[in-house]
Amino acid sequence: MKSNSHNPSLSEQANLLKVKTEKNTCKTLFLGFLLILLSLQSCVNKSKAETIDKPISDLSIYNLPSKWTNEEGEDIEMKDLKGKVLVMVMIYTSCKSACPRLVADMRNIEQRLPNNIKDNVNLVLVSIDPAVDTPKRLKAFAIENKMDGAQWVFLRSSEENTREFAAVLAVNYKKIAPLEFSHSNIISVFNADGELAYQQEGLGVNSDQTIQKITEEAQKIN
Amino acid sequence: MLNMKRFLPLFLFLITASLWSQVVKMASIERGTFVPLYGATSKKPVQVDAFSMDIYPVTNAQFLEFLKKYPENSRSRMKGIFADKSYLSQWESDFNYGSANLSTAPVTNVSWFTAKKYCECQGKRLPTMDEWEYVAMADEKRIDARTKESFNNYILSWYEKPKTYANPVGQTFKNYWGVYDMHGLVWEWTADFNSVFLSGESRKDKDTDRNLFCGSGSVNATDLMNYAAFMRYAFRGSLKARFTTKNLGFRCAKDKK
Repeated sequence: MKSNSHNPSLSEQANLLKVKTEKNTCKTLFLGFLLILLSLQSCVNKSKAETIDKPISDLSIYNLPSKWTNEEGEDIEMKDLKGKVLVMVMIYTSCKSACPRLVADMRNIEQRLPNNIKDNVNLVLVSIDPAVDTPKRLKAFAIENKMDGAQWVFLRSSEENTREFAAVLAVNYKKIAPLEFSHSNIISVFNADGELAYQQEGLGVNSDQTIQKITEEAQKIN
Repeated sequence: MLNMKRFLPLFLFLITASLWSQVVKMASIERGTFVPLYGATSKKPVQVDAFSMDIYPVTNAQFLEFLKKYPENSRSRMKGIFADKSYLSQWESDFNYGSANLSTAPVTNVSWFTAKKYCECQGKRLPTMDEWEYVAMADEKRIDARTKESFNNYILSWYEKPKTYANPVGQTFKNYWGVYDMHGLVWEWTADFNSVFLSGESRKDKDTDRNLFCGSGSVNATDLMNYAAFMRYAFRGSLKARFTTKNLGFRCAKDKK
C-alpha cells in the first residue's frame, strides 16, 4: 500500500494521447495553432491516469490523479489505498480548537471497530495546510496522538490538489490567518471501491452510524 | 432567399471566427488591495497580485472545441464524481450544443471539475474568489464602484432578470479593466468556491451548526449591507464541485510572469 508509485504506463499513455490529439489538431487547423499546442502540452501532462488495469467506478475517488506524500515521506496516489474501507478527515496539525476533537473522534471510531474487520480499514488524515504540515511534522503528530499504527495514514499534497480533494469530500476550508483555518468538520467513509458511503458531520457527535457503516462495508471485503 | 441561405453559414462562421479570436483575449489586471465582503480577517484588506483574466466567460463554441480535443470530458463519458447528471444537459448531444443555444452564449451546466480542466487545458486556471471579486467591483470608470448606488442597482436588477444565460457574451458593460459580463450574464465558478462559510453550511443552514467549523467566529461578512455580493457568496456556499446549473458558467485566469 505504501509502496512507491512509479507508474511506467503513464508515459505510454501520454504518447497515445498525443497521437490522438494531433489528429484532432489537423481538423481544427484554423484555430490558433500556437494556443492549441501550448494547451496540449499542459493538458497532456496533467491528464488523468485513466484506468488501465481494473475499471474504477464513476463515483470513485480513485479517479483522482493527484499525487500525495504520506507521513513516512513516501509518494503515493489515492488509488494505492484501493481495496480497503477508508475513513477520511481533513485537518491541520497546528489546529487548536476543532481538530483535536476531530482527531479524538477518529481515534474513538478506530477503537470501537470490531477486531475482525480492523485490517480492512484505513484511517486517513489529510492536511489542509501542506505548507506547514511536512511529512516529518505529520509523523510527529501521529506519534504524539498515538496514531502511528499501520491503519493510520497521513497525507499531504499541493494546495491545488488539496483544494480539489476537499471539493470531492464537500469539505470547505479557508485560511484565515497564519496557522489558522476555518474548515468543515466532516468524517467521510469510502467503500473498497472508493465510493462515498457515509458522512458524519460535526464535532463530538454520536459515531454509532459511522461505525455501523464502516463495519458493513468492511465485512464485504472479508 | 436561396443566396441568403447559402451565405448564412459562411457569415456566421466569419462572425464566430472573429469573435473567437477576440474571446481568447485576456485583460491585464493590476495589483491592488481591497476589503472583500467576506473572508477578510478583521476587515483587513487582502492583496491581489497582478494577473490576467479572460475578457469574456467561456462560450458554447469554445467549450465544444475543448470537448473535441478532450472527449473524455464529453457528456456521455463524464464520470459522476466530476459532474452531476445535468452536465451540459441543455446541449443536443455530446458534440453539438444544438440550435437552441447560441455559439457565443456562455457555456453553463458545467461542474467545477470540468471548468478547472478546461482552464488547465488552455494553460490557464480558474480565478480565485478574491481575484474574481476584485475585478467584479469595477464599473466602467472606477476600480471600486461598490459604494455607487446605481452600480449595485444594476447588479440587483440582473438577479431579477430571467434567462440571461442565453444571451451572447460581451453585451454587458466593459469595466475599468476591459472585462465584460462580470454582472448581468451568468454566475461564475472560482477556484476556491469551497472556502465560503456562512452561518453554517447552506446545505444545513442552522445556527446550531456553529461547531461544524473550526474558528468560524473569526470570519464574517464585513458588510452585510452589500447584499449584491452577499448573494454571490451565499450561492457559492451552496455549491458542491460536481454541481451543474443553468445559470453558472466560468472564465479562466492566468498568473502574470
